[in-house]
Amino acid sequence: MASVNAAGGGIVLSQLSKSYGQVRAVRSIDLMIAPGETVALLGPNGAGKTTVLDMMLGLTRPDGGTVSVFGVPPAAAVRAGWVGAMLQTGSLPQLLKVREAVTLVASYYPHPLPVEDVLRLTGATEFANRQTTRLSGGQARRAYFALALVGNPDLFILDEPTSGIDVEGRRDFWHTVRSIAEQGKTVVFATHYLEEADAFADRIVLIARGRIIADGPATEIKARAGSRTIRATLPGVDVASLVALPGVLSADRHGDAVILSCSDADAALSALLGKFPGAVRDIEVQGQSLEEAFVELTADQPDDDSRSAGQDGGDASTEEETRW
Amino acid sequence: MVNATHLRYEILRVYRFPMTVGLTIALPLVVYYAITPSNRHHLTEGIAFPLYYMTAMAAYGVMWGAASPGARIARDRASGWTRQARTTPLRAGTYLASKVVASYLVAIPTIGLLYLAGASLGVRLGATTWLEMTGLLLIGVTPFAVIGITLGHLATADAMVPAMAGSVLLFALLGGAFGRLFTGGAGLTIVKLLPSYWLVQAGASASTGGGDWPAEGWIVLAAWTAALVPLAVLAYRRDTSRT
Repeated sequence: MASVNAAGGGIVLSQLSKSYGQVRAVRSIDLMIAPGETVALLGPNGAGKTTVLDMMLGLTRPDGGTVSVFGVPPAAAVRAGWVGAMLQTGSLPQLLKVREAVTLVASYYPHPLPVEDVLRLTGATEFANRQTTRLSGGQARRAYFALALVGNPDLFILDEPTSGIDVEGRRDFWHTVRSIAEQGKTVVFATHYLEEADAFADRIVLIARGRIIADGPATEIKARAGSRTIRATLPGVDVASLVALPGVLSADRHGDAVILSCSDADAALSALLGKFPGAVRDIEVQGQSLEEAFVELTADQPDDDSRSAGQDGGDASTEEETRW
Repeated sequence: MVNATHLRYEILRVYRFPMTVGLTIALPLVVYYAITPSNRHHLTEGIAFPLYYMTAMAAYGVMWGAASPGARIARDRASGWTRQARTTPLRAGTYLASKVVASYLVAIPTIGLLYLAGASLGVRLGATTWLEMTGLLLIGVTPFAVIGITLGHLATADAMVPAMAGSVLLFALLGGAFGRLFTGGAGLTIVKLLPSYWLVQAGASASTGGGDWPAEGWIVLAAWTAALVPLAVLAYRRDTSRT
């Protein structure tokens, strides 16, 4: 198979912007995705995920900025057969059976996969002889997936690919996506299922109100949300001295137990141990779930341009670096 | 340019759309057999009625067939398939060319069946004349293929059927597909400016020795095509331009 990836560059979005009337759907996004990465665009509805993906596909024209897919404009990458997509509002050609639709799309690509293999892989074999208009929601999603897969592209762009699929179907779907990713394909998917982003992406790009607000491995995203919690037993300490520690957002005491909510748990923990040598016992550091991180990161984003450093809480110690 | 698989499925889709089959094949045949036997020995402008009506009904059928890709374009747009297809390497030119080629290929059985019907009611022509007539029908239907594509990109799926039926029926009626409306005067001068008039005249022109249309017919068809193609391109561009 011709590896176009070698040619260069993966996907590069630079200063990408798009407005619909007064609504600024995408605001000056910069993003680089390396060939072979599996990246989740995670965000609430209306965050701009679909607009970003549509611009990667060349379906939507940016107001500003550029998109490059493997070194060329998106439309050229699509024309070369390097891209397979599942759109959010997916569709199948009418008056054809599922197998025919998959065969049809295969004929558009230079190096397609065998149709029967793709039907089997996507679990579409059992309804391959059914008219495309007579499918259940879950079956239709499987058929869309088959269409994206059959061209054997190097880049998969999947917009909310599992919406409307039951739990079992979802598991099958991600199992297949993972095997695709293992072949070195690049996968970019949009989702608002946090578990999916967490479980299946190498990297999560968190998008809210048209901006990237966090970008990194799932573990980093959770840390980025600020508050990891340190619990420890530390008798006779006053709360004010705990709050003064670096990386601590707020502190609480219940008897001998202290609970520190931290923006930088690593710094906080070493400061804590340094300040109270030998006194701190039963240390527990807890990361919050991605769900909590998500809510925290997407809430209260200022609507104007500055990405203000002041998070909620009003503590003085939120001077954390924005490394993203 | 034309992808064989795409073309094959395009034709398959035509025949799976019952309205197209009904309007392009069944209806012209039924009307032909309903009207012709009782007028078998009439002459229309010096041409035997069975021959005149055979080409008239063939013209009517191919007009429907040629315009019918428009209905599938409108459906593909409504369902989102056109947009989905733009994420594949399928080129717009291939998409449109396949629709047009499919409509010509679909026209051929219509013409063939009408010829058989004509022959069964006594139409006898030389092989050259049959071929010339077929050629003229296929050329003459071009403006209707372009009209179909234009409407397909302009109208919604719901509006498409009335819009298409309205234009095809109007052209067919004025062009004389259901019988001559005018035999002279201003009326005839005006209907002679329509492509459907010359389409219906294909049989008359071929069988009366001329072989093809008089210059007037060629000019009218060329003018309609030249005027409609930019309109179709405009409609297509407007519809598929990235937003």
